[in-house]
Amino acid sequence: MSKIITMTSGKGGVGKTTTAAAFASGLALQGHKTVVIDFDVGLRNLDLVMGCERRVVFDFINVINGDAKLNQALIKDKRVENLAILPTSQTRDKDALTQKGVGKVLEQLKEDFDYIICDSPAGIEKGALMALYHADEAIIVTNPEVSSVRDSDRILGVLQSRSRRAEENLEPVKEHLLLTRYDANRVERGEMLKVDDVLEILGIPLLGIIPESQSVLKASNVGQPVILDTDSAAGRAYNDAVSRFLGETIEHRFMKPERRGLFQRLLWRTA
Amino acid sequence: MGWRKDANIKMTSATQAVLDEPRDPPAIQIRGASYTLLVLELPDPKDQTFYSRLADKIGQAPNFYRFAPVVVDLKDLADAPPFNMAEMGRRLRQHSLIPIGVQNGTPEQNKVAVDAGWTVFREGRPSLVEVGADGDKRTVETPDPQAEDTPAIETQAPPAVADSDSPDATAMVITQPVRSGRQVYAHQGDLVVLATASPGAELLADGHIHVYGTLRGRALAGVSGDTRARIFCRSLEAELVSVAGYWRVRDDIPEDLIGQPVQIFLKGERVMIEPLS
Ligand SMILES: Nc1ncnc2c1ncn2[C@@H]1O[C@H](COP(=O)(O)OP(=O)(O)OP(=O)(O)O)[C@@H](O)[C@H]1O
Ligand SMILES: [Mg+2]
Repeated sequence: MSKIITMTSGKGGVGKTTTAAAFASGLALQGHKTVVIDFDVGLRNLDLVMGCERRVVFDFINVINGDAKLNQALIKDKRVENLAILPTSQTRDKDALTQKGVGKVLEQLKEDFDYIICDSPAGIEKGALMALYHADEAIIVTNPEVSSVRDSDRILGVLQSRSRRAEENLEPVKEHLLLTRYDANRVERGEMLKVDDVLEILGIPLLGIIPESQSVLKASNVGQPVILDTDSAAGRAYNDAVSRFLGETIEHRFMKPERRGLFQRLLWRTA
Repeated sequence: MGWRKDANIKMTSATQAVLDEPRDPPAIQIRGASYTLLVLELPDPKDQTFYSRLADKIGQAPNFYRFAPVVVDLKDLADAPPFNMAEMGRRLRQHSLIPIGVQNGTPEQNKVAVDAGWTVFREGRPSLVEVGADGDKRTVETPDPQAEDTPAIETQAPPAVADSDSPDATAMVITQPVRSGRQVYAHQGDLVVLATASPGAELLADGHIHVYGTLRGRALAGVSGDTRARIFCRSLEAELVSVAGYWRVRDDIPEDLIGQPVQIFLKGERVMIEPLS
């Protein structure tokens, strides 16, 4: 049975696209046939983060409108086997995303893929609703700060009321919390919310904590999902989260600031 | 030679003002456009040989003349007795010409023409091109005065009218940068962009596309199927280029052409990219 997993947040810029790219790559690396779809019509960032922007001819909207066949629009990832990207359009109207049109494409993808990852746009408008409507599971991407947590709460409410599973009285969408851009030093200084605080407010299971890391920006600049950078803390944290998602029990790391030796403390600026 | 040029007229329907209507019907758009028409000089409507000579002339380039809109020039007939213009129109149509108007007629002749369903043109600017003798293709040549053995029937024909395999002469000119997410489409004509097109911008034209800034977005020429359309740009960094539906993505563009001034055209089914020297 293939599964539709939506990355959503309400708030913008929290790390949905980074997470969608990382999860899709991580699931594919573990042998699952995976496709990642960009629902952010008009902004279209996923193909950049996935490093396939030079190979886009047709897109999701073309497929919905019947201008292109699905396999014409799917881009096979060059590095990771079992992975495909369905980019979106930058120039077309987001009204082209219709519930029926999206549903049809997802049904077709289910025939070939184990996991269908939907990268939602920010907000709770049409694009976001389309991305979460068909979800079987949702990863709520949240930063440890008040506004992000509040928006996540909001989007959880939307999931519970406006998803297909809610409308059809099926088993509810399975929710996972992914805390991203977590800066242990700032948490320690009280500038950011603690993990426990966030968990208490949102009350959903914690899938992982992704530390704030320079390597994320570097990775997206070269179009390589950060999960492939196994030297970086963020890459390792994403790997853990994917494994947890697939059922492994792995202890959470990166919650505490790294203990630095004397030299590291003196020389941290060059680190 | 008929030539008509109107300034762009935009007429908006009155219903647009009714804001309370739940759904406004689309505004009625009427625009000006200029076309080149054939002008047929009529020396003597009673001349029995006229239509057979006309048939010969048309026989030289039947595709060129097929359904060509024609303006009948009455300048030699100011003193001629009245004649049956509707009948003349019928005979022209038998020869696959479509008379649409007259020029240089007397007020009486003009009235008869309007009654026959035609319009009245003021004399247009002549155009210095003629039908090639090679038949079907509308080739543009300099006229050869020696070749005019039938001065009574003179057709001067620039290739624009109903020449479906040539992009229209009208061009859309964009002076501002075309930003990511914007789409510009030149219907039935060329697109000229004097600035840069950003990644994520989409330039579309039924005709050619010229970009005088850097082309970073997508450019699709001949989108209605014109395989002769081309793309010209001063610096090529495009995400995708396409002519008449055939495309190349950035990954298929050789690195040594990136940043170069190039022209892009179709050769068979291949999209060719050639440096402009
Ligand atoms: N763990 C991290 N450490 C450092 N920077 C990060 C991290 N996660 C994401 N970022 C940065 O945050 C910015 C936003 O990330 P991303 O595009 O993934 O967010 P998004 O939720 O998809 O945004 P949008 O709502 O606009 O779609 C990017 O510049 C990205 O590099
Ligand atoms: Mg995003």
